[in-house]
Order: sequence, then C-alpha cells, then structure tokens
Amino acid sequence: MAFASPHVTAYAVEATEFPDLARKYRVTGVPKTVVNDEVEILGALPEDAFLAEALREFRIENS
Amino acid sequence: MSLISPADQDKLRDAFAEMTRPVRILFFTQTLDCETCLTTRQIVDELPPLSDKITIEEVNFVLEQDKAKQYGIDRVPALALVSDEGDSRIRFLGAPGGYEFVALVQAVLLVGGRGPALSAGSLALLAAVDRPVTMQVFTTPT
Repeated sequence: MAFASPHVTAYAVEATEFPDLARKYRVTGVPKTVVNDEVEILGALPEDAFLAEALREFRIENS
Repeated sequence: MSLISPADQDKLRDAFAEMTRPVRILFFTQTLDCETCLTTRQIVDELPPLSDKITIEEVNFVLEQDKAKQYGIDRVPALALVSDEGDSRIRFLGAPGGYEFVALVQAVLLVGGRGPALSAGSLALLAAVDRPVTMQVFTTPT
C-alpha cells in the first residue's frame, strides 16, 4: 500500500522489541495496525475490508 | 555460516532472479545499547549473496541523524527499502526474523519490480489518498 501511494508510509514493527510503542498503541494482540495514530485494526482482515477500515477517516472527510 | 538452509537459499535465489530493479536496504543501526542490531545485520547480510540486485547500506543512527529523519526512523534497528525509483516508504523496525523475514523478502520483491498485488479497487482507494498516511503494523516473532 505504501508502494502504491506516494502518501502512504508503512512500518512493520516488532512489538516485543519496542515495548514503549506496544504500550502506547495498546497492542494486546498481533497483527495490530495503527493508522495515523487514530484508527486501530486488530487482527488480519481481507484486503478490501482492511483498506476500507484503514482509510475510514478519509471517507468521512470525502463524504 | 548462513542462517538459511541451502534449499531455502535456492528458492530465494530463484525468486530474486525475477527482480527487474535494484533494491537498496538502508540499515539503520548503532553499536551500543541495541540488543538486536547485530542479529538484524546477520539477517540482512543473507540477502546480497542471493541477488546482485540487492545491496545493504549501513547508516549509523547516532552519526547520521539527518538521514534517519529523512526516512522517518526514530529507533533502531530499522530498515528502509529504496529502489532506483526512490524511497518505497516501506520500513521494518526491529529484527526481521521469523515470519518477518518472509515479509521482508516479499517487500524486496515488490520494490524490485514485481509491483503491488492489490486489487483494482484497492489501488483506486489508495489513489484517492491526498495526505500523509502512516500505517504501523505490529507483529511478534513467530
């Protein structure tokens, strides 16, 4: 997704190595995705569901 | 001695043979107070011998803070994948061991010319994004 959009940056974060980040984002299970510190997605979703959720805030602005 | 079995090395060599563009892996590291920097170095060092299109560029996180900032790196070990087309905006924080190694290989192939395996709908959604989006995917070693 980062590769497909010049505005998207993607970090794969090893949670056990960075407990401060895991705490900050309340990582209680993996995979957990945090988008712009606002949207949190726990678990692996199908691609379309994931993107719909990840870009939720954009849809709200656009609608 | 390699961390990867000869059979897996062959599979990786075949996969990397499909690459059409060079991929540079920026490896942000520091000598002191970094428990997994050495492990990360050992892992990424496995890749260049398997493809002449993959290179590792070590970046000293302490001495090269400008570069770290440029790539949005605020902790180590960290990897940033760059192609001849520029920054892929794909990062790895922490040692890419276990399943993360698979993710790293997939990312190298993606940046190395395979392109995104996303649906047309997803690409359209992403094309509509007009401001910075940062996705952090947390994983644990498996």
